[in-house]
Amino acid sequence: MRSAIVTQPVNAAALLTEVASTANGALILFVGTVRDENDGRPVLGIEYSAYAEMAERELAAIVAETAARFGTSDIVVEHRLGTLELGEASVVIAVGHARRAVAYDASRHLLEELKRRLPVWKREGYADGSREWVDPSAHTPAHR
Amino acid sequence: MTITALLFASYADVLGRTSLDLTLGPGATVRDAIQQIRALPGGERLPPAPLVAVNLEYASAERRLAPGDELAVIPPVAGG
Repeated sequence: MRSAIVTQPVNAAALLTEVASTANGALILFVGTVRDENDGRPVLGIEYSAYAEMAERELAAIVAETAARFGTSDIVVEHRLGTLELGEASVVIAVGHARRAVAYDASRHLLEELKRRLPVWKREGYADGSREWVDPSAHTPAHR
Repeated sequence: MTITALLFASYADVLGRTSLDLTLGPGATVRDAIQQIRALPGGERLPPAPLVAVNLEYASAERRLAPGDELAVIPPVAGG
């Protein structure tokens, strides 16, 4: 297992190869990307920042917990910081497991924990030139 | 005692800085430190009980602080 907070573009395909093995009948790759709208406002890009030292520790802890809970050490995750353009990957999660159901569940669990705990913030830039910090806690669950 | 407080994202914006030193009495808790920060110009825009971390780990408002601790005041997280 491996986790990293990075500032360069994430190579999702390379992460997938890290979790591949002949014992794993299922490989799940999740790629979170910058979307072109949020709450009806056109988005041009997102600036990610973090409490980097804590984020690295927290992400490693989430990966270790996920590995223990789902019984696989074939988990790799990278979260990117900096200014991202539309379509660029902000987070990539690769999970390998013998069975698909466990692999899907582990991938989803890791993402939800990351969204709940990782000290990372994003500021969206909008088409009208304004910028705003995103507060997911202000949204209903359907928006997440 | 003196501790260092770190501010991030929207909280850094409203207080106009990313870190500050706080002088607290013995036995002071996270809550006491937050009260001091909220008394600064712009600090009233922080919630009364924001998410915090002490020395890189999430901590409660009742957590007692020690000299040299690093207190991070954490806005709503938005990773992913």
